[in-house]
Amino acid sequence: MSTLVLLLFTGLGLGALYFLVAAGLSLIYGLMGVLNFAHGAFLTLGAFTGWEIARRTGSDNWGTFLLSLVIGAAAGAAFAAFTEFVLIRRLYQRHIEQVLVTVGLSLAAVALFDGIWGTDPVYIQGPAWFKDTTEILGARIPNDRFVCIVAAVLVLLALVFFLQKTRYGMIIRAGVENRSMVTALGIDVRKAFTLVFTIGGAAAGLGGVLASHYFGYVSPMLGGSLLIFAFIVTVIGGLGSLTGAAIAAVAVAVLQQFANFYLGGTGDFVVVLALALVLLFRPTGLLGRTA
Amino acid sequence: MTTDTDTSSTDGTASQDRPAADGGRRHRKHDAHGAPGSAPRPGRPGITGRRLAAWAAGTAGVLLLVLLPLLNISLPGVLPGPSYTPGSLQLLAMCMLMAAAALTYHLLLGVAGLLSFGHALYFGAGVYGLAIILQNLDIPLLPAMGLTLLIVIVLAHVVGSISLRVSGIPFAMVTLAFAQAGSVIVGRNPEGKTGGDEGLTLRTDNLPDVLVGVVNTRNLYWLALAVLVAVFLIVTWVQSSRAGHAAAAVRENELRVRVLGLQPYLVKLLIFVVSAVLVCIIGMAFLLLQSGAVPRAVSSDLTVTLLVMVVLGGVGSRWGAVIGGVFYTILDQRLTTLANSEAVKSLPDVLRVPLSEPLFILGTLFILVVIFLPGGITGTAERLAQRRNRGQRSATHDARTPGDLLEDAA
Repeated sequence: MSTLVLLLFTGLGLGALYFLVAAGLSLIYGLMGVLNFAHGAFLTLGAFTGWEIARRTGSDNWGTFLLSLVIGAAAGAAFAAFTEFVLIRRLYQRHIEQVLVTVGLSLAAVALFDGIWGTDPVYIQGPAWFKDTTEILGARIPNDRFVCIVAAVLVLLALVFFLQKTRYGMIIRAGVENRSMVTALGIDVRKAFTLVFTIGGAAAGLGGVLASHYFGYVSPMLGGSLLIFAFIVTVIGGLGSLTGAAIAAVAVAVLQQFANFYLGGTGDFVVVLALALVLLFRPTGLLGRTA
Repeated sequence: MTTDTDTSSTDGTASQDRPAADGGRRHRKHDAHGAPGSAPRPGRPGITGRRLAAWAAGTAGVLLLVLLPLLNISLPGVLPGPSYTPGSLQLLAMCMLMAAAALTYHLLLGVAGLLSFGHALYFGAGVYGLAIILQNLDIPLLPAMGLTLLIVIVLAHVVGSISLRVSGIPFAMVTLAFAQAGSVIVGRNPEGKTGGDEGLTLRTDNLPDVLVGVVNTRNLYWLALAVLVAVFLIVTWVQSSRAGHAAAAVRENELRVRVLGLQPYLVKLLIFVVSAVLVCIIGMAFLLLQSGAVPRAVSSDLTVTLLVMVVLGGVGSRWGAVIGGVFYTILDQRLTTLANSEAVKSLPDVLRVPLSEPLFILGTLFILVVIFLPGGITGTAERLAQRRNRGQRSATHDARTPGDLLEDAA
């Protein structure tokens, strides 16, 4: 029982990270049709920024941790906004070229991170409470899992609130449904593009800081490895669906943890297998719209 | 017909004017419209003439490359030494294998319009499949290669038939996921078979002696050249076959192909499998050349590298893929040398850090090409040549539109 609970919470923590990456990916794809390969670079930049903050201001207090979350998210958002404004916007409606540009950007960005921070992982420490465990149903669960879960839930709620209740949120939702109609109604949908990219980048930057605490280190490859699972999550959840991304993130991560424990470290294959099954029986994903 | 409709001659307006008499020619009008670049066509003989010239140039180039290990040619700044030295031959062989791999990627992206991020899976399957079989089974090289090919054919059918259920961007994500699974297997090192991060060293017991050792680098060089020529010919053949035309039609308009009664799914699967098999063969040659398997051979970085090569050279052009492959490989090698040079090390940090990362420079170059030079190297060269041609022609004739040419033919 205690193993089960531990695996469940570890899975939820990992799912929280997947969600933070996949949410941005899914919104960006839904609105603009861009598959953003540079999303991992946003995350890595957030993680390294958070690490720099922790290094400079002393790492073991909550103030520093919160500050690193804010600055990490801001760094991701700034990088993402820059990407949209300088690179993606020139290639409006040319989806393949947009993908290629983000591929080039992720190559260049990861190489640059390599040059600045080195290829080896750098280790990070959080507030002392992170190292403690909390006992739930007999399972001793590391506290950093809860931080990830709470942060992801807050981001999900904030995004849902933003999309449902605000004017710009409505423009984005309408744009995902039918972009040409929104444009025809005289709304400048390009502002929404920059906005979606910025939000996605902020979520990824936040995810980066949290991932660095979850895994205990930062490396230039961090973003790339999470990005691949985030791709799987977005395809399984249905491209463009935020709720789908949330459900799939949790399902994929929990499945991965259980398979890793009970099926001898085969978590990654089980996830790819799940992807294959979803594609065979429901090519649009769990909550994707039928084309 | 008035000059007005001529200059704005889209296939719609022009052919609607004469619906009855036009029947046979409508087809040709489509052609002229479909290839805006080749506007004033010189007619059939000219094309065959140009094609013959291209093939002749190709054959001459191959002959020169065949003789290269016997010659003493120095290209300072490009090759590390004279052309007969093993170092230069190794680099050239690598260029040719990468060019061949880029050609197989061209078959996916340029012909069938499939943006795959999992091509490294089949390359890696060739590299690791052959290495593991040679390591563990006591069979000669050729049967081992056949066995590897068989495995890859099955693998490509399974992965292809699943991934092709989606298209466009989701296809890219799904192929990436499958390739990642392969990369993870290699990294996990199951039962010590793949060697994990360290990779595998090629076991040479069952290899023919002519393919082993630094002394025989030139044999491997000739092997790589043969692979490149064979892949080029096969890709040309596939592209001009019925399946190739059908794949190109699917790329342009899948719905229309389906309405015509063809099956886009099967055509795409065929191209996918052919390209996987070819890249697997290249992977096996790569293993012999490198005399070892490294995890990078199956990583998504390799797929991205192939993609970059094809795009740098020009999407949709066979020569573009070859030029892109060679250009990228040499540039990568030169930039690595530059990164380790004293000149760069003595620079201030702001310049030193970006310059010492070859991938940073290549990535930036790639972005610039995508944004400013759509069509890559070959596309840009063609555009320049056309601009010059157009200049000459307008000096002799008055400006002629495709519509005019068809009018003359009638």
